[in-house]
Amino acid sequence: MKLSRLKRRLPNGRHGVIAVPFVWLFLFFVLPFAIVLKISFTEADVAIPPYTEIYTWADNQLSIVLNLGNYLMLTEDPLYLAAYLGSLKMAFFSTLICLLIGYPMAYAIARADKELQTVLLLLIMMPTWTAILIRVYAWMGILSNNGLLNGVLQGLGLIDAPLQILNTDIAVYIGVVYSYLPFMILPLFANLVKHDLSLLEAASDLGSSHINNFWKITVPLSKNGIIAGCMLVFIPVVGEFVIPELLGGPETLMIGKVLWQEFFNNRDWPVASALAVVMLAILIVPIILFNRNQAKELEGKV
Amino acid sequence: MIKTFGKTLLAAALASTVAGLAQADDKVLHVYNWSDYIAPDTLENFQKETGIKVVYDVYDSNEVLEAKLLAGKSGYDVVVPSNSFLAKQIKAGVYQPLDKAKLPNWKNLNPDLLKTLEVSDPGNQYAFPYMWGTIGIGYNPEKVKAALGADAPVDSWDLVFKPENIEKLKSCGVAFLDSPTEIIPAGLHYLGFKPDSDKTDELNKAEALFLKIRPSVTYFHSSKYIGDLANGNICVAIGYSGDIYQAKSRAEEAKNGVTVKYNIPKEGAGSFFDMVAIPKDAENVESAHAYLNYLLKPEVMASITNVVQFPNGNAAATSLVDEAIRNDPGVYPSDAVMKKLYTFPDLPAKVQRAMTRSWTKIKSGK
Repeated sequence: MKLSRLKRRLPNGRHGVIAVPFVWLFLFFVLPFAIVLKISFTEADVAIPPYTEIYTWADNQLSIVLNLGNYLMLTEDPLYLAAYLGSLKMAFFSTLICLLIGYPMAYAIARADKELQTVLLLLIMMPTWTAILIRVYAWMGILSNNGLLNGVLQGLGLIDAPLQILNTDIAVYIGVVYSYLPFMILPLFANLVKHDLSLLEAASDLGSSHINNFWKITVPLSKNGIIAGCMLVFIPVVGEFVIPELLGGPETLMIGKVLWQEFFNNRDWPVASALAVVMLAILIVPIILFNRNQAKELEGKV
Repeated sequence: MIKTFGKTLLAAALASTVAGLAQADDKVLHVYNWSDYIAPDTLENFQKETGIKVVYDVYDSNEVLEAKLLAGKSGYDVVVPSNSFLAKQIKAGVYQPLDKAKLPNWKNLNPDLLKTLEVSDPGNQYAFPYMWGTIGIGYNPEKVKAALGADAPVDSWDLVFKPENIEKLKSCGVAFLDSPTEIIPAGLHYLGFKPDSDKTDELNKAEALFLKIRPSVTYFHSSKYIGDLANGNICVAIGYSGDIYQAKSRAEEAKNGVTVKYNIPKEGAGSFFDMVAIPKDAENVESAHAYLNYLLKPEVMASITNVVQFPNGNAAATSLVDEAIRNDPGVYPSDAVMKKLYTFPDLPAKVQRAMTRSWTKIKSGK
């Protein structure tokens, strides 16, 4: 009796399997975040690394000094709020556009023949085999004043002077939507392909129109796919730096850029860390909502 | 994103394999230099001469270099910071003193220049000048003429700081370096203040000057303008002298009908000095000194100047530089122009922050 109870207490294979994701989360999320959180409470200094320590050990006394100035600074200057809002706006509209373009594409792929499906999915994923940087650079070539797009439009006589697209927010939207579209399509496809088509047939038999079928059956059933796709696009776009930096104009104000400035131009790692901590707090809300939704779905299945 | 993570892993695996192979023969050197800042045969010849293999990596701003150095263990053995960043980095303990016994070619350096540079490195203990240059006006003469007429002030800051001028240039494209600590001083200097002013009202006036011309600026970037100037995508760039000369060479090579010229504004301009230094935690100190001594050879320096078209700090090299470059006042300024140049100082953290903040306001309007 006793031995078996002891056995139950000791870690077994099952615990080991469960531990893997926790170790992973600890190593790659909790630990880095703890370091960033620590730096956000220090002060900038001319040293390696360029910030002060938060704890000192002297005369058998451990003193911990938390500098809240970095967080206060974020509230004093409207720049930071504007940058957060700029990022959220960019992420929101990009996600919306991705959804509007991605949903019909995912739907078409899910309803295509099995053989064609593989080819279509491959076509969706193929661009991601090239480095993102190269693809964004290609867009610079397409969108510039002397670029492909303006050349074609001018050649067709549709416009007289080149359209200024590169270095504007429009170019950033194009780049972001292009880069993140696969992340919207794939979860949507995974969801849509599982739908039971007999539901649609049943509805049609009862006299429901195709449009009615779509809105009343397909869309509600694909809710989880929509949420997953939106999260996969929204969250990384909030922190996006490369695309706005290369395609955006000077007025494109996003948190990634402000973070870069604090880190590189001001060599102020503590303020940069504080910014990152606040950004994470902003992102955690949709992540929690997402997780809750996932949990609910799982419960529903069981 | 899993996609990127996978790539990072792959890259890391490849990099460690390469590093492992390279370490096997023990003669490697990790050099971190500015982009487009070396001759095509410089490293090859060095390897032939010494058997040391150079792993070469580039950056396009001092800030990027500094962040790596301040994080510690950058992995580089030779780096090239500008003098305005050097002082603070020395104070932070980033560099090790150079062993001049291993640098017999040190004698080739321009002694006057070394003296000037003692402002950031007293006694020239940690670094020597590699290349230097000015921040001035690169332009496309035909396009500027079309926009502003034949008497466009292409040799004056008026070209970009007078709203009535830059407004007309907007249609063909104007680029500025994305570097608050190098461009805001130009505005301060234009307004008659000290380029390193720490007075809030003077900084505000400079900010107002930039805000006025801001709607006419196409973009702020520290390297993109080279290609854009060469392709005719923009007609004016406020940038590094050598970069603009490289745009000129590229346009000539491409034979695309674009011409590029460079002027040091007559009111005076900022000058920067890029310094060769060895980080304290460098692993190949011996090889690093060998590379530094190689760089101090007049013929090596001259061949780099011939390609990058920045003047170098090597007095013995000047006579070996191509005549066309040596006699170009945009590259090697006359003594009269030299007197009007100012250097970028090491700014206190507060001024630095104020300039960055101003810069964001100028760029984004917020």
